[in-house]
Amino acid sequence: MPLVMTLYYAICVFIGAMLVWNFIREKKSLNDMLLYLLVLVPLVLRILRIK
Amino acid sequence: MAVKMSRVLKIKSIFLVIVIAVMALGGLQLFKHRHYMMPIVAGPGVTKVAKLSDYSRGLKGTMADTNVFFLEGKEEGGKVLIMANTHANEPAALLAALIFIENAEVEKGTLIIIPQFNHSASRNTRPGDGYPLYFEIPTEWGVKKIRLGNRDASPLDQWPDPDVYIHYPDRQLLSFIDVRNTNRTWPGRANGPLMERVTHGAMEIMKQEKVDIAVDLHGAETMFPVTNCIVAPDKSVRIATMASLTVKAREGFDSHVEPSPSGFRGLSHREIGDHSETLPFLLEAPIPFLDQPTGPKTVKLLLDGKDPFLLSLSRKGKLFVSYDETGWPMEKRVGQHCSVVLELLRQYSRRSLQREIEVRNVPRYAEVVKNGVGHYYHDPKTADKDKVHLN
Repeated sequence: MPLVMTLYYAICVFIGAMLVWNFIREKKSLNDMLLYLLVLVPLVLRILRIK
Repeated sequence: MAVKMSRVLKIKSIFLVIVIAVMALGGLQLFKHRHYMMPIVAGPGVTKVAKLSDYSRGLKGTMADTNVFFLEGKEEGGKVLIMANTHANEPAALLAALIFIENAEVEKGTLIIIPQFNHSASRNTRPGDGYPLYFEIPTEWGVKKIRLGNRDASPLDQWPDPDVYIHYPDRQLLSFIDVRNTNRTWPGRANGPLMERVTHGAMEIMKQEKVDIAVDLHGAETMFPVTNCIVAPDKSVRIATMASLTVKAREGFDSHVEPSPSGFRGLSHREIGDHSETLPFLLEAPIPFLDQPTGPKTVKLLLDGKDPFLLSLSRKGKLFVSYDETGWPMEKRVGQHCSVVLELLRQYSRRSLQREIEVRNVPRYAEVVKNGVGHYYHDPKTADKDKVHLN
């Protein structure tokens, strides 16, 4: 796997972790909770090498 | 406070379950599609099956590696390379290649067939355009289930895309997406991006096996001017013209000749001719499924090519092929590919008696239209196991 691809997966994991962290911390806005999860979908699919 | 926390937790749990369910449902379908193996039954003419990585080592162990079927004749003669699924969303090409693999018997010369040329693209899809993941061809023993792929290789296999694809070796600037399009990466190079390694593998086959003719099978929109035709550079144009005239006169369908543009780089019909002794031809059959102004992209549209919007456009003279209520069924498209390939071989053989290519048992246009495509496929369940190749 080329270095740039490896970096890309590392960035996906980092942003995914941030989204999960924000989802856990969010206490008020239902909109934001849902949006964190939706934004997470393509990142998870890529990390799992599905799409 | 505790009541409020418990409410938030409950909502979060519901959201999480819904999103995970959606992700699992969608993801599982895409995962299964990417890993679905299509059985190909090697017919009586197949003498060996190699891998493209045998000719381009950089493909070994990647999703771009693919099967190469050799059908060697009883007598020496010329050699032809047939490539299908260069664009994996143009399935008439694959279906025609499978008819050759499962039925052809070669008397003179050699057929070399790569049915899934862009193997990575055949495991990719275009969910944003609502592409079905599979389609089925009815046969006498059941249905043959086939993956519908995409035009370009999967970004899981080749990524990132550049801002602009700089073609090798001409340095012409092409669209970024064309770095994953195996009809823009010719002639390729051994250590280039993955798709350049695919086309490099095919160039090596042509050089090492001394291939006389290369045929790249495609499909094109009815609203695209270069459709229903044989694209050929100057060196191939005489044979293409004779083939075009003959199928029109004898078999009654149109497949006109289009010149290969010399200023547009990366195309098979351009680069194969410029970088080898092989005569290249690219065949286009109409595929209404790829046209933009159609109804939903269903399996039915893919197979019968019937669409009311295209019919309306046809009446206004906006299409580049004749189009009526009968649409453009798959049988016609596959039959055209079979007949034009056979006619190209016949015309070449007439001019090169030392390099004749003689193939039997491949149906022509009228037979495919009459019997259907599935009539020519064999049941992998009842075939000898060593004859079944997963691709």
